[in-house]
Amino acid sequence: MSTGTKTLLDVDDLRVTFPTRTGLIEAVRGVSFSLGRERLGIVGESGSGKSQTGRAIMGLTPPQARISANKLTFDGIDLLSVSSRERRALRGKRIAMILQDPKYSLDPVMSIGRQIVETLRTHEKVGKAEARDRALAMLEAVQIRDPSRVFNLHPHEVSGGMGQRAMIAMMLIAGPEMMIADEPTSALDVTVQLDVLGILDRLVSERGMGLIFISHDLRLVSSFCDRVIVMYAGKVVEQLNASELGQAQHPYTRGLLNCMPKIGADRHPLPVLDRKPEWAA
Amino acid sequence: MTSAIAVDRLEVIFDRFRALKGVSLDVQPGESFGLVGESGSGKSTLLRAIAGLAPAASGSIAVNGKTLGSRRDKAFYREVQMVFQDPYGSLHPRQTVDRLLQEPLAIHGFADGEKRIQRALDEVGLGNGFRFRYSHQLSGGQRQRVAIARALILEPSILLLDEPTSALDASVQAEVLNLLEEVRRRRKLTFLMVSHDLAIITHMCERLMVMQSGEAVENLAAADLVERRVAKDYTRNLLRASDGFVRTA
Repeated sequence: MSTGTKTLLDVDDLRVTFPTRTGLIEAVRGVSFSLGRERLGIVGESGSGKSQTGRAIMGLTPPQARISANKLTFDGIDLLSVSSRERRALRGKRIAMILQDPKYSLDPVMSIGRQIVETLRTHEKVGKAEARDRALAMLEAVQIRDPSRVFNLHPHEVSGGMGQRAMIAMMLIAGPEMMIADEPTSALDVTVQLDVLGILDRLVSERGMGLIFISHDLRLVSSFCDRVIVMYAGKVVEQLNASELGQAQHPYTRGLLNCMPKIGADRHPLPVLDRKPEWAA
Repeated sequence: MTSAIAVDRLEVIFDRFRALKGVSLDVQPGESFGLVGESGSGKSTLLRAIAGLAPAASGSIAVNGKTLGSRRDKAFYREVQMVFQDPYGSLHPRQTVDRLLQEPLAIHGFADGEKRIQRALDEVGLGNGFRFRYSHQLSGGQRQRVAIARALILEPSILLLDEPTSALDASVQAEVLNLLEEVRRRRKLTFLMVSHDLAIITHMCERLMVMQSGEAVENLAAADLVERRVAKDYTRNLLRASDGFVRTA
């Protein structure tokens, strides 16, 4: 898979800082990368700053935090200087985000269909009937077998896999150019996980979207993405093509790959990560 | 030899929902046995039924040859202890580690609490420095170590492990799995471990049972799973899914 010719997103020296009672906490410390129409994975453990990176791009950083960057542009638009009104117009329309658990990220008191229609009508001038038709078509595109039934269901009435498909449908309905998926399948069973990834993969490549796939699962990400960024303590420690994961150079990346139990590998005890302070330097 | 855990045609019913539909299981002393399945397969319910946390509608459970009634006595909990999935939810937020570890000792009337607490903390690799901390001052991995110390402090012979590492980062998971293997070897414990991750189960267990919607799909030796000698399609699907994403184009 070749990197898209046009750069969609450009991030240079992104920093996210949280003021706390005990001083400043730098969650993201100088992250730089660019994204074309490709699948980019961001991998790291809890506290590595991977989710805060995604949220900063989406504009969902909590108000008390400070964001700075040499450059943070989406399709030439400077995301740091746009008004919140323009930001809202981008969010959901051109940049979409899928969150981890559909149980918490869907509105519990609104039917799935209405939530999808709401997204569509916020960003496009369409009539009620047309919006409904498009929502149904979208539900069908994410392989929901009986769209008209699911349209009227509330989030608690569907399974995790179904909820996540509905979430994908809602995010794709406005036809975004870039999608940020933050642990989209971590709350799902393994077999359902693969179905959801398959749907995401097909839609992203059919529509030529840029995808940022944030996950803690290095192996899953490398089987799904074109390129992988490995983060540790708020920094990028390594960038590599997913196919070259076996030749990873950084000891953290290699340690992370190594410490997971594998079917058929008889290693007792498992190798553990020996964290070096210079990785975070 | 009497089995460490023998479950015979166990049924668990919540209201009208049959969570377990006549499941049988036999774990030998000193063995490490795994339960695998997706959410809703009944694997955790089986574990909780053995611990007395889920009501058995019919069938029987015997531990070390003794058939259990609906109420568990103190002697049972000296033999059987459980480690839960979520280290953030399973430790009392307003008790120090020391207080947490004293509780089971007080219940069972142990006199040498001081020594036992020190030994248990050493055993899980935490040391005395953690003794007077609260759980919010610990990382997820450290909390799970405290939970393991709490389970070990009564010197049980059987540990029930409900997804003990699924809330942890991969590198911390490796440390906790290694710790569990080490205490099992040292104390000759019997493990009954639940996980959705086939790789973890084949790493930790000698035999395993695959479950689906409240029923046993098949019983396997871990070695068979590694060689992919499986009989049922459901197990084969799980195996394929754990290989990661494969693009079909």
